[in-house]
Amino acid sequence: MAKGFDRQKNILDFTLSSLLRRKWKNLALASVYTLVVFLLASVMFFSYAIKREASILLANAPEITVQRLLAGRHSPVPLAYLDRIKDIAGVQAIRGRLWGYYFDPVVGANYTLVVPESGAPENGTIRVGAGVARARSLLAGDMIEFKTAAGDILELEAREFFSADSELVSSDLVLLSADDFLAISGGAADMVTDIAVGVRNPRELATVAEKIAARLPDTRVILREEILRTYDAVFNWRGGLLVIILAGAMLAFIILAWEKASGLGPEERREIGILKAIGWETSDVLLMKFWEGMAVSLSSFFFGLLLAYIHVFTAGSGLFAPVLKGWSVLLPEFRLVPYIDAAQVAALFFLTVVPYSVATIIPAWRASIVDPDSVMR
Amino acid sequence: MLIELRDVRKVFHQGKPNEFVAVQGVNLWIEACRATVIKGPSGSGKTTLLSLVGCMTRPTSGRIEILGREVSSLPERFLTGVRRETFGFIFQHFNLVKGITALENVMLPAYPSGENHAALKRRALDLLDHFAVAAKAQSKVEKLSGGEAQRVTIARALINDPFVIVADEPTAHLDTRLAQEFMETMARLKEQRKTILIASHDPIVCDSPIVDRVVLIRDGRVEGEAR
Repeated sequence: MAKGFDRQKNILDFTLSSLLRRKWKNLALASVYTLVVFLLASVMFFSYAIKREASILLANAPEITVQRLLAGRHSPVPLAYLDRIKDIAGVQAIRGRLWGYYFDPVVGANYTLVVPESGAPENGTIRVGAGVARARSLLAGDMIEFKTAAGDILELEAREFFSADSELVSSDLVLLSADDFLAISGGAADMVTDIAVGVRNPRELATVAEKIAARLPDTRVILREEILRTYDAVFNWRGGLLVIILAGAMLAFIILAWEKASGLGPEERREIGILKAIGWETSDVLLMKFWEGMAVSLSSFFFGLLLAYIHVFTAGSGLFAPVLKGWSVLLPEFRLVPYIDAAQVAALFFLTVVPYSVATIIPAWRASIVDPDSVMR
Repeated sequence: MLIELRDVRKVFHQGKPNEFVAVQGVNLWIEACRATVIKGPSGSGKTTLLSLVGCMTRPTSGRIEILGREVSSLPERFLTGVRRETFGFIFQHFNLVKGITALENVMLPAYPSGENHAALKRRALDLLDHFAVAAKAQSKVEKLSGGEAQRVTIARALINDPFVIVADEPTAHLDTRLAQEFMETMARLKEQRKTILIASHDPIVCDSPIVDRVVLIRDGRVEGEAR
């Protein structure tokens, strides 16, 4: 047991000296390796953390949302629909919501206008998200001009800004009163944008949804779980898209690894011949090559992972944010809460360390079966 | 009898257009604790014969026995074990591993044996000290002079405390003084009951008083003995 341990230790010791002898070659290899791990891990960390953030925020979303469809498009829902849902067994709470989008030609961005359920701003005032405040360089008390549906200008005073904690969903948000919303959107007073429904027993969700759909055939009933699934799909799709782009980098890396790590030069072949001549077995040489590969790949893997962690969770994911965060001009600026999925890290490990090992082990084996008498000739 | 070769033949590139018979029908006995020189011109098969004796390569046909144990058909793993425990090699071009220190070079053959690193280091330093190169222990081998490199090579050959020292043209790259110094070292090792087997055609080696036996070889065959 102790002998086996000492054998590993001795060979590892020699491996590390070997690595230092070819430090430039190994450094170049480790740098590219680290870069690949950094890019992949950044995408992974980012998309998972943002999905998790979105799910946490959506936890407060209504269990069921009812939208009215007209010619397949989302259209305002009459207030009368609320009464028709209210008496369905299992429905606990119901309210009509007013929200919509507004394009601000000054900054070329879309705002999300929302009338909050409670504590709505007074008429003539708004509360805005940090993205809007940044885009318009707003200070508390500044006025923003909105164009109403009738073509008039409506000036609203920005009273408050949201804190950065909720920037993922609030970046482009403008909270305003129902009157101001109706003036800007041109909606009717007896209409709402959609209906939020609360259900007493979560197991009855599907039944309640079915009943609403049956009672109001011109509506679309959306469950919170479906929204979560959509978020998942969107971020997975975006993350996947980036990973596909990065696959090119991966391929280039594998080629480089093959070239650099496996392309044993005559000097290395001669060395293997010497080692075998002085009493090393093929398995000892393979063990040395294994440790060599592990030293390069593990250190690069963990260093790349660490850099990705810093990039995503402390440096605002500068490299990928525009692709992964959203479609809005008002990109949220926020710090993601560190969240690492062990299974993802394991997957990344197998995507990087295993191809590297495969790329190096076969040529190393070929070199290690060299006849020891080759050094005599 | 320490080593016995019976009708040993070695063919390279067998069955190919460049087939070459390096050793043919050699019968040879190497006695323990004696110094034997294999003498012959370049290309006579000296090095191949040393490789066969030193378990570095297997014969195409024939039998090789070491201490009565047939080794020519052993699998590579066992053959390596026999090589590591029985032989210490001194190569013509030293064959030290560049980029690492003299000390690490001396320790290298013992790494796979699983000896404790600190104990192994002590033994290697003792050997370097014995051959008066302890001061160069931490020097990279490419910085060593020819004589120093030769002594490091001898120390490396002795690290596993082998029965047999196998040296291939050990004086080919040494001046007369260093060649004589090498033979003096071999004399001391012989006194320590090591078996010495040298391939050489250098008169300093062949005519040395420590040599007990000179086997003449030409065209891969043993032609006789000069001493």
